[in-house]
Amino acid sequence: MIRFDNVRKRYPGGHEALRGVSFHLRRGEMAFLTGHSGAGKSTLLKLIPLIERASHGQVLIGGHNLARIGRRRTPYLRRQIGIIFQNHQLLFDRTVFDNVALPLVVSGYRHQEIGRRVRAALDKVGLLDKERALPITLSGGEQQRVGIARAVVHKPPVLLADEPTGNLDPELSREIMTLFTQFNQVGVTVLVATHDLALIRSLDQRILTLSEGCLQAADAGGAAS
Amino acid sequence: MSRPGPRTRGMAAPVWVLRHLQVAVAALGRLYRTPLSTAMTVAVIGIALALPSVLLVGLNNVQRLSAGWGGGTSISLFLKQSVKDTQAADLASRLRAWDQVASVHTITHEQALTEFRHLSGFGSALDALPDNPLPAVLVIQPTAAVKQAASLQSLLLKLRQLPQTDMAQLDLQWVKRLNALMAIGRRGVLVVGGLLALTVLLVVGNTVRLDIQNRHDEIAVTKLIGGTDAFIRRPFLYTGLWHGALGGLLACVLVESAFALLGGPVHHLATLYQSSFSLHSIDLSDVSMVLSAGAALGLAGSWLAVGRHLDAIEPT
Repeated sequence: MIRFDNVRKRYPGGHEALRGVSFHLRRGEMAFLTGHSGAGKSTLLKLIPLIERASHGQVLIGGHNLARIGRRRTPYLRRQIGIIFQNHQLLFDRTVFDNVALPLVVSGYRHQEIGRRVRAALDKVGLLDKERALPITLSGGEQQRVGIARAVVHKPPVLLADEPTGNLDPELSREIMTLFTQFNQVGVTVLVATHDLALIRSLDQRILTLSEGCLQAADAGGAAS
Repeated sequence: MSRPGPRTRGMAAPVWVLRHLQVAVAALGRLYRTPLSTAMTVAVIGIALALPSVLLVGLNNVQRLSAGWGGGTSISLFLKQSVKDTQAADLASRLRAWDQVASVHTITHEQALTEFRHLSGFGSALDALPDNPLPAVLVIQPTAAVKQAASLQSLLLKLRQLPQTDMAQLDLQWVKRLNALMAIGRRGVLVVGGLLALTVLLVVGNTVRLDIQNRHDEIAVTKLIGGTDAFIRRPFLYTGLWHGALGGLLACVLVESAFALLGGPVHHLATLYQSSFSLHSIDLSDVSMVLSAGAALGLAGSWLAVGRHLDAIEPT
């Protein structure tokens, strides 16, 4: 589903964030991406929804080479990917319902369909009773769950999360990670970047470790097959 | 990428129309929630559109006024002294058959004398003359199509070649001068209108640019979750459209009130000249023209701003 082939990313100014990363995440597989701050975790995730483009090498999503997806087709790629950020990226002038509905609205779903799906997503993250609330009135954990509901409301085949538990206490972090494994169990390909090693070791999933822009040798295993 | 997008399922034509309607109403609601800045922008656009409109409507009034003097473009055909009144009447009926001629009014020797006696005050001097020195005159109204200067000249030439003609006179000079003045007026309105249209374009462009800046986060998030450029552009285009249309509406109100204020004094002046002339303000077709010009300029202005500033916002 997600295949990286010797991917390099050099930012303008010369900083090389990724130095030849190769791995393969199969459809329905789940993996954690770890490494120190600045190891290139965020850069790697940003290459998948084309927030950044690779300088060298190939990124393939569902068999599509991202280098061939131009500006006009980028939105349609992004609709296939749910993304969750550490800072939530919610719109604070809109209700929880409107925030979660956004991916459906941009895709042109019908009104009734939007209501049904948004409530299903909010129910999944346990916030059904908060649909009329403004995000600012919610706790950090609740805001993060709104972000997750927004990322999964349109049932994307791929789910990415960048430090989703960054600001949460261990209890809440475990809850969030459990949500991700639940999505994975229904067939979603999940890639979560985190530095919470203690937590992910207890979850028994594949772990990709980035170090100074390179994957540690043992982790690339999937790429060969 | 592997699954068919919901776009094909959900975007049937009526839904597409509904979406546009929703965005249009939402954009209007957004303007309503910032009444002060909306009012200021609309006022600037309204005044900018009202100025050329007032000039144009004023010019149309002048044109109507001069058309009312259409008698000025009539030709006075002075017949030879020897032509009798009956012959003059014969000639008049022959001329009426010409397709360049709209009507012919005959002034007999006797009528000419009476009129002259009446208007000139030389009554007693005329009495001293042994016989009537005034010729019969045919006053010829050319048809509307012939009132162009060139065809008038050719009609005049034909009349001069008639054997009965002593003199054919057409006071074309003032018609030419008036037409030239009106042409300058129209060109002037065009220049002023062009400059003010540019103003509207820039005002709307700037308003939309600020709007885009204020909604930076929203745009970035929308791009991130797969909003197409068209989807993101749409509310801003409607914002520009509404600003322009509301400005056009204000312009119509301004023009109407300006002419309402002028109407009384102009009518008074007209009565002093024994004229029934009254000012015509803007009619429905003018209103729709100003409204659509405002809307089109608003749309164009926002399109410029959107094209320049939306691409610069990318999710990070």
